Amino acid sequence: MALQGNLRDFPFAQLLNLVNLARKTGMLEIIQKGETAHVYFRDGRLACALMANEDSSLASVLYQNQRISPNLYRAIKNKGGAIWDKELGLQLINAGFVSRETILNSLQQHHVSVIRRLFTWQEGVFRFIPNEPPPEDKIALNMELENLIMEGSRHIQEMEILMDELPNLDVSLKFSERPENNLRKVNLTVEEWKVVSFVNPKNSIRQIAQATSMDDLQIRRVVYGLLQAGLVEVLKTEQARQLPQTQLLPNQSKDEQRSLVNRLITRIRGL
Amino acid sequence: MAGSDSQVQTVKMVITGPFNAGKTEFIRTVSEIEVVSTEQNISSDAEKVKQTTTVALDFGRLTIDKSLVLHLFGTPGQRRFEFMWDILAEGMLGYILMVDSTRPETFREARYILDTFSDHSDTPFVVAVNKQDLEDAWDVEDIRHALRLKDDIPVLPCVATEMKPVKNVLLSLLHIIQKRLEEE
Repeated sequence: MALQGNLRDFPFAQLLNLVNLARKTGMLEIIQKGETAHVYFRDGRLACALMANEDSSLASVLYQNQRISPNLYRAIKNKGGAIWDKELGLQLINAGFVSRETILNSLQQHHVSVIRRLFTWQEGVFRFIPNEPPPEDKIALNMELENLIMEGSRHIQEMEILMDELPNLDVSLKFSERPENNLRKVNLTVEEWKVVSFVNPKNSIRQIAQATSMDDLQIRRVVYGLLQAGLVEVLKTEQARQLPQTQLLPNQSKDEQRSLVNRLITRIRGL
Repeated sequence: MAGSDSQVQTVKMVITGPFNAGKTEFIRTVSEIEVVSTEQNISSDAEKVKQTTTVALDFGRLTIDKSLVLHLFGTPGQRRFEFMWDILAEGMLGYILMVDSTRPETFREARYILDTFSDHSDTPFVVAVNKQDLEDAWDVEDIRHALRLKDDIPVLPCVATEMKPVKNVLLSLLHIIQKRLEEE
């Protein structure tokens, strides 16, 4: 089955949310105006994010982060022949040039910078290839997506998207029941923490906005991020929650109701 | 709805969903009469993936036995026909939300329709993800996540032109209705 489409219709934040919730493993390819990004996931976590036409070798990443000197960078490049990131990483650690943590942090910064750029893509054809592993020479990381989703959502300016995602501010929120959900591992801004502190089925989003002095755009953006990161869920409106259970066949006895549904089932089975 | 017409009882199910999700086809597959559709040519460029669309409703019928008839109503998918939904939804036994598995651009609309229906009624429903036979169809579970549907909401693969999956969707809905009646 294909997981494909256009970012115009299914924004990058929602794609990450889907990958996160479904704990997907594979490669997400996004193409926009001649630029191609390949983002690899393992069990719903970010393993690697690469731009196809950019040098994302470990040597280049470390050099750009000023973790190795220009001379060492040139020496590695002049060595000739392709050296795998994993192999180079080991050599640099063993030679005492960098620590393992430095390598992982630098790669993490690099992957996050690619993800940040993807959040700015309004359009772009995407497809997800299940079980496609990162290139063999790359060092795969294991980054949770919630923080990235929250960060990307903070930059959404289009009221139209936010209105579509959250048309009604008179609904309330509750914390997600997913067992792996843990607010403590997510880096929230002060504004986001304020909203989180009011998350309660008794408070509508509009009331939370008033209590936190946020306008419609601000509160929608914060709630959108929390929703996409899977931290909260929307509850039905108070009116909907209080709906009395509709009697499906009000004028009939229990036996008549049972009989009617059984006849429907029998007939449809026989089609 | 349980109505009486010359001692023939009628019950109603509603098929709803975004534009071009396959509601008319679904009803056509199961209806014993030619589906009564109020269709017109599409004027909007954005909606020109098919030539005509339902502007009022589709109507299909299935005789269950001598004294019971199932009526199937399809609602127009576009928001501008939202005023129709309440009218059609009144008295329904259950409803089916149809989603086009190949068009993620309609998922947001599908969720909006579902929110609207569930805000007005707690009538049993299932989600049928249509066009699962097409190569570019999204996986059922991916659509569940995309629509933010909880695990207890049945999301069923469907090909609206084929009897077997259509039967499966209807039976799943009926089993939920059956369970609900037991609980009442």
